[in-house]
Amino acid sequence: MAEEFLRIDKLVKTFGGNQVVKGVDLSFNKGEFVSLLGPSGCGKTTILRMIAGFERPDSGRILVEGKDISGLAPNQRKIGMVFQAYALFPNMNVADNIGFGLKIAGMPKPQREARIEEMLQLIGLSGYGKRYPFELSGGQQQRVALARALAPSPRMLLLDEPLSALDAKIRVSLREQIRQIQRELGITTVFVTHDQEEALSISDRIVVLNTGNVEQFGQPFEIYNRPQTRFVATFVGTLNTLNATVADAGAKTVTLGGTTVTIPALPASARNGEAVALTMRPEAVSLANGATRDIVLDGKVAEVSFLGSVIRLKVDLGDNAVNLDTFNDQRTPPPAHGAPVRIGIASSDVLVLER
Amino acid sequence: MKPAKLWSWIIFAFGAAYFIVPLLATFEFSLRIRREGYTFDAYTSVFSDGRFQASFSYSLLIGVCAIIVGLLIVVPAAYYVRLRAPHLRPIIEFITLLPLVIPAIILVFGYIRMYNTSSALPLLGTNLGTDILLTLAYVALALPYMYRAVDTGLRTIDVQTLTEAANILGANQATIIAKVIFPNIIVAVLSGAFLTLAIVIGEFTIASLLNRQVFGVYMQNVGANRAFEPAALAVISFVITWGAMGMIQLLARFAPKTARRD
Ligand SMILES: Nc1ncnc2c1ncn2[C@@H]1O[C@H](COP(=O)(O)OP(=O)(O)OP(=O)(O)O)[C@@H](O)[C@H]1O
Ligand SMILES: [Mg+2]
Repeated sequence: MAEEFLRIDKLVKTFGGNQVVKGVDLSFNKGEFVSLLGPSGCGKTTILRMIAGFERPDSGRILVEGKDISGLAPNQRKIGMVFQAYALFPNMNVADNIGFGLKIAGMPKPQREARIEEMLQLIGLSGYGKRYPFELSGGQQQRVALARALAPSPRMLLLDEPLSALDAKIRVSLREQIRQIQRELGITTVFVTHDQEEALSISDRIVVLNTGNVEQFGQPFEIYNRPQTRFVATFVGTLNTLNATVADAGAKTVTLGGTTVTIPALPASARNGEAVALTMRPEAVSLANGATRDIVLDGKVAEVSFLGSVIRLKVDLGDNAVNLDTFNDQRTPPPAHGAPVRIGIASSDVLVLER
Repeated sequence: MKPAKLWSWIIFAFGAAYFIVPLLATFEFSLRIRREGYTFDAYTSVFSDGRFQASFSYSLLIGVCAIIVGLLIVVPAAYYVRLRAPHLRPIIEFITLLPLVIPAIILVFGYIRMYNTSSALPLLGTNLGTDILLTLAYVALALPYMYRAVDTGLRTIDVQTLTEAANILGANQATIIAKVIFPNIIVAVLSGAFLTLAIVIGEFTIASLLNRQVFGVYMQNVGANRAFEPAALAVISFVITWGAMGMIQLLARFAPKTARRD
């Protein structure tokens, strides 16, 4: 699994004096599903288009299995791509769309038809071969686009926000289907999205990008639980920030809401009396659980959001406020707005962000 | 609201009469070749005239050639401008408008000067050369209509994404234009083609000065020598032109916006 497949080396791209990709280095393994995650305009699409060959890098290299592909035109790269806007050929039916790449490659008709049927089954649209794109729903069109990209057995699959034009339910079921097909074929896949939940749920690894730089590259579990920069911590998931003051840097203690607590994550560079921001995920904060959590604070319920299986509470702590998630318990209604509550935080879940 | 509506109908009727009355009068006149009453003899006489058949089929042939040459130039040009050089669009549009600004007579005198028998490229020295020149002249005349029709067609599809989707699947530029772009703008292309045909069928100036026996020149000849046949010819040429226009409307109505069904 750890065999390197795609390597991106000091990739730089400038559009009209504006550096959009600023020296990106990445290495993806064979068969891996990697997401490029970042806010709008961070350069995700530009990186993907350079891999596909639609944009020429200003400098840097893109290597597939050790070979530089910079000199190859898009139609020589043997890459499959799925676009946000489906981009099915409106004049061709589903079967002809899927068979387009095979026909170009010169595959004889009997084999081509067999391959088209195989792809239709893979995407669960057997019997739809004679339909035209405008007769299909958005989700069906995107599945056909996936089949069209995969039919010529490309060595790599690129997807640029393939789900963002679909509604929420289909988005979730289709991303699971994409992931399942990808696993079945073992094809190295780069998936562009600005939706962190999407990236976290289906990726082997995630590249978090910000203004043309890689902020962090790692597994979803690492990205979420051990963000390395403030940007990653705030962009991926919800984060609570509590303002505290360093009490004794040597003993790693801080004063928080009148009490002194030990924070193992306090960096060695902290100095006594300095203000620091303690951060934690909503699920690291719990209600009235002083027994297992060593930081205990009192506050008032400021907001209650019922999210279904989870209830998110915003608790006012006087000079700070935290969001916390509790599971919906059918027998216990959530605390009322304004009710006094006691919250617990495990100090080992607290991160202290630099920068 | 009511009086305004009434007035718009009156103005419409007035405008329509302005076009229709002379047409009807011409038609009526074309039927009066015999004293005894209305007959289609003028039409019979026109249709059985060998020069009518020859000039009409020649015009048709030149028209079809002009359409093919025009499409081979305009489709790739409009496609590349949309895809790679959108900033050039105003300039290209201006160039395609030039044939409307420059009278045909200037074009043809230019041709005669440039391509006469003592020039470096004596196209006018041979029949084939003159036919080629006439075809190219008609391509230029039809350029404003052809370019606009094709460009409008291209606007209805996502040229860039379709191009990239076909490209990454292995297609080269020629295949992309022939298999992906062209079939999706076929309705626009056909409307450009019919417009070109309508122009070519009625054209007189260029053909006459290049000494080609096209339909327009034949009409002029007949008009100078006969009484009733020219009226019949005028009606025939109207029917052809309006038929071509009607085809454009029909195509636009029956082709689904996103796809063509075979
Ligand atoms: N062809 C281009 N010409 C000029 N600027 C461009 C071009 N393509 C992209 N840019 C600019 O480069 C930056 C990055 O664009 P890119 O499309 O890679 O962002 P993205 O991360 O995909 O964003 P989104 O989530 O909105 O799709 C943007 O500021 C964009 O305006
Ligand atoms: Mg993008």
